[in-house]
Amino acid sequence: MIQLFLRDVGLSVRSGGGFGLALIFFLIVVTLIPFALGPDQAALAVVAPGVLWLGALLACLLSLDRIFGLDFEDGTLDLLVTSPLPPEAVYIAKAAAHWLTTGLPLALAAPVLGALLNLDFETGKILCLSLLLGTPALSLIGAFGASLTIGVKRGGLLLSLLVLPLYVPSLIFGAQAVRLAGQGLPYDVALVLLSAISLGAAALLPFASGAALRINLR
Amino acid sequence: MNYRSIAPTFWDRFWRLANPKVFMGWSGRALPWIAAAAGLSLCSGLIWGYFFTPDDIRQGSTVKIIYLHVPTALMAINGYLLMFVGALVWLIRRQHVSVLAAKAAAPVGMVMTLIALATGAIWGQPMWGTYWVWDPRLTSFLILFLFYVGYIALWAAIEDEDTAADLTSVLAIVGAVFAMLSRYAVLFWNQGLHQGTTVTMADGAQQDNISNVFFQPLLLSMAGFGLLFLTLLLIGTRTEVRSRRLKVLQARERMG
Amino acid sequence: MIPDLGKYALAVNSSYVLSLLALAVIIGLYVKRSRAVKRDLVAMEAVHDA
Repeated sequence: MIQLFLRDVGLSVRSGGGFGLALIFFLIVVTLIPFALGPDQAALAVVAPGVLWLGALLACLLSLDRIFGLDFEDGTLDLLVTSPLPPEAVYIAKAAAHWLTTGLPLALAAPVLGALLNLDFETGKILCLSLLLGTPALSLIGAFGASLTIGVKRGGLLLSLLVLPLYVPSLIFGAQAVRLAGQGLPYDVALVLLSAISLGAAALLPFASGAALRINLR
Repeated sequence: MNYRSIAPTFWDRFWRLANPKVFMGWSGRALPWIAAAAGLSLCSGLIWGYFFTPDDIRQGSTVKIIYLHVPTALMAINGYLLMFVGALVWLIRRQHVSVLAAKAAAPVGMVMTLIALATGAIWGQPMWGTYWVWDPRLTSFLILFLFYVGYIALWAAIEDEDTAADLTSVLAIVGAVFAMLSRYAVLFWNQGLHQGTTVTMADGAQQDNISNVFFQPLLLSMAGFGLLFLTLLLIGTRTEVRSRRLKVLQARERMG
Repeated sequence: MIPDLGKYALAVNSSYVLSLLALAVIIGLYVKRSRAVKRDLVAMEAVHDA
């Protein structure tokens, strides 16, 4: 399982692996927001937490079909699933690789991009923390969605449709935590609930995804 | 001691419906009656509510919208519950009738959710001044609508019937968990912003002090929508059972 | 016979019209598809039994 994890990380980081794509997309989205909403500094600061969370979330979506797609196309996934490694472990390894190469960089980059939206440093720290706690859920849920749509041609749009409603609780708690921090209000409940979603997803989704992998590769 | 042969319970007889022939037989006989009852209760409930109830002190004549909004909201949730149970039964017992019932329930549940959303927004407009308010209940229904769309889309996207049944069932179960999670999350989200001052009108209508003059036609309307849901569920499931048999015959034709 | 809905007439009436329309559509679609599939199945089974 560790080997699979390292292999996926390596594949993603190599050229053509799409590693920087999520970060670039995140940057573009954050740059576009002031054009859409107007340059008023105060207004940007108000929407910054939500926009940054949303940007990170959408950037995560981009690379989801790569999780299983490439291996499915060249037959590697068949080998992985029939190997001694249980499909649940395949899912966990791949979701973890996705998080390391997408969620983690996004979480670290977010406060920097937050400066573009007039987000102060203290709030930026909480933003980073909330993303660190929330992006595992995004990777886990996203990988679950990917496991459902493996065989679907051009399944990217369907994948987004399935995954986005499942992202809503994480988005609510994550963005809310940052908003509360910005207003000086206590935000620990939001972060706890956010973490609970990530932990719950890690505990339960492997079984659902394992089932989906078995179904798709029968 | 096999007491089952002496006195079959309701559940014994219910599970016999898992056999497609038994299901088609029973539903074919029951459908006209259920449809008639649905038409009768729905029409009388709505006519009573629209024409023969007074206005509310606070809400004026918009209170008449509850005869649409409350029943469809209930059916929206009921639909997803049915999908969840159907998915579970399919994954455990692999009896096609249950998953086909779930498949048939989805579009109906989706339409009910849409009606609940539309009537909720229209009802809210005179009260709140805007067509959409991020009220916890309405927002939960919007998320529920998206879940329905995803489920239906996945069914459509997968060619093999049994694979589609399996994958959509997994989705329905995970979705149900997240739907409940979302409901709680949205409550938290809205309360956090507005300190709990939002008054959802559905809550207002369901308070204990709602008088009989509103409650009785509401009850009738709820029965009507419930029976309508059942009617469409039976029609849809029968269609899916027939469609499956049709595909089997067509496949046999092709193989010669 | 139409009750006096006052200033909310548009809201209430549009609710009822839209809802009944949506119900008509979904009922129509379900009944139509049911009839089409039944027709095809009967035809198929006639060929099959023949």
